[in-house]
Amino acid sequence: MINKLVIENLKHRWVRTVLSATAVGVQVTMILTLVGVSYGTLDDLSRRSRGAGADILIRPPGSSIISLSTAPMPEKILDFVRSMPHVAVATGTIVQPIGGTNSVTGIDLESFEKMSGGFRFLSGGPFRNPEDVIIDEYWARQFRLSVGSPMHFMDRTWRVSGIVEPGKLARIFLPLKLVQELSANTGKLTMVYVKLDDPRHLADAMAALKNQLPTYQIYSIEEFVSQISVNNLPQLKTFIYVVIGVAVVVGFLVVFLSMYTAVLERTREIGILKSLGATPALILGILIRETIVLSLIGSVFGILFTYGTRWAIMRFVPGSLNQIIVPEWWPVASLVALVGSLLGALYPGWIAAKQDPIEALSYE
Amino acid sequence: MSDALIEIRGLKKTYRMGDIDVHALRGVDLTVERGEFIAVCGPSGSGKSTLFYILGGLTQATGGQVLIDGRDLTRMNDSQRTAIRRELVGFVFQRYNLLPTLSAADNIAMARYIAGSSKFRSKQDTEWFRQTLELLGVAHRLHHKPRSLSGGEQQRVAIARAIVNHPVLLLADEPTGNLDTENSETVLKLLVDLNERLGQTILMITHNPEAAAYAHRIVNMRDGRIV
Ligand SMILES: Nc1ncnc2c1ncn2[C@@H]1O[C@H](COP(=O)(O)OP(=O)(O)OP(=O)(O)O)[C@@H](O)[C@H]1O
Ligand SMILES: [Mg+2]
Repeated sequence: MINKLVIENLKHRWVRTVLSATAVGVQVTMILTLVGVSYGTLDDLSRRSRGAGADILIRPPGSSIISLSTAPMPEKILDFVRSMPHVAVATGTIVQPIGGTNSVTGIDLESFEKMSGGFRFLSGGPFRNPEDVIIDEYWARQFRLSVGSPMHFMDRTWRVSGIVEPGKLARIFLPLKLVQELSANTGKLTMVYVKLDDPRHLADAMAALKNQLPTYQIYSIEEFVSQISVNNLPQLKTFIYVVIGVAVVVGFLVVFLSMYTAVLERTREIGILKSLGATPALILGILIRETIVLSLIGSVFGILFTYGTRWAIMRFVPGSLNQIIVPEWWPVASLVALVGSLLGALYPGWIAAKQDPIEALSYE
Repeated sequence: MSDALIEIRGLKKTYRMGDIDVHALRGVDLTVERGEFIAVCGPSGSGKSTLFYILGGLTQATGGQVLIDGRDLTRMNDSQRTAIRRELVGFVFQRYNLLPTLSAADNIAMARYIAGSSKFRSKQDTEWFRQTLELLGVAHRLHHKPRSLSGGEQQRVAIARAIVNHPVLLLADEPTGNLDTENSETVLKLLVDLNERLGQTILMITHNPEAAAYAHRIVNMRDGRIV
């Protein structure tokens, strides 16, 4: 019976219901999109790291695993690595930041292709002229670039020579030598990628490398990828918590307003229920159920909205961001919405429960 | 003591509005026998509604004694008075006061729900209620929402809602105040019928002498007293 009243009330003021649920939905989307983008972008980073085709990564001494810091190591290390047992291919890269979180990766095209299985060009082809740059499809889509388009970074104008399928290490590639020169790092590398003749020799090869290069950071690709996680990005984690906090406050305010007006508007109806002998708990229960329904509808809206944000991100900024749908977070975001909403319903519910029935019934 | 249903002795009610005290009831004495149908008349502001609100447990008296069925309302706390509303009285108001979002049937069902399903769920009770709806002439209109019912129909649904839990006392505050002559007559005849057939005790506030004439007895109020 109470459920019927709750549903009828929500239907009766359906515009308010839809608006409130949408607002709750936006809050749910806020959380889910942030989480989805965090996971998606890191996921994409892992996928691209794997896409290089390497089994082992070597970084210079004292570097941190995720940072793109350019503390370099000498190029001649490559020859040494290549001479180690089980090493099939070794290639070096240098990464140069170009503003924001973007960077350009210098590669030795020949050995890089050998390791990664080769670029798949969607249009254009490899470097031919000194100003040529290779980009991936996401970057091209985000900045509306095609073969022959100019790009500006590192104080130069470049020309897109080829657009490749995404998933191979980076999004912007230049010849290694060029990046080394332009960044005053001639003969230096930031990362060495090693492919083995057979992955079964991983442990042996790792041990040998560690033995020979004790000060260097040596990871298997799986070790490396496992470090790419939200848990290793404390700032990102904090940011997610901040957004959750904001979401609770927004949900609180939306539902507070919505329920508060509902209570004022329904003064007479609450009086009627009281005249029929409804207890304060029953009145409060009605509002709480309404709130729960609102926040459930809102959560469904919010989950659907994330498919919209994912589409928009893939359509407009796939080069910078990646969003995946993270269903494990659906209950979390819904719960956050519910908590905010219930907090918001508390005061209006209390007002309703203690409302004087005769004032409600005797005045217009 | 007789087996009077209601015994009111020296009943006082003072509303506080900011710094001013409004003396709505200044010592009311009244005895109502079981099965009586009483009309309460009097000028506006004489305290008629206030008397009803106290009898119906909607508000607390300031002084005096009110016994309904042997229980003293003036000594009750909020939750005991809530129980009185649920179990002992039924209200009918001038403005019908149906819940606008529910159908007529659900309005009645809500009263039953609030009263609790433990009471009266027998076959006879269901049959009794069916006949009552028939008698009230609203049986075929039950699935409508209040706004698509006429005033007369709404008031008859409100009466059905008020008696569905078999209250010992039916309190009707100007039940015909918003109705035309014809509908007023229908509603008044229904009240008489309920009174005669079911022995329903009824207190009815009215400004209209013709309406008051349907009652067994007329009680006049003035300035918070019965005169
Ligand atoms: N909630 C309230 N707060 C303050 N004063 C009130 C309140 N309700 C009623 N009063 C005052 O108490 C007095 C009696 O009011 P009551 O409503 O009982 O009169 P009434 O006889 O029902 O009048 P009417 O015929 O106009 O309905 C009036 O002076 C009124 O202004
Ligand atoms: Mg009145």
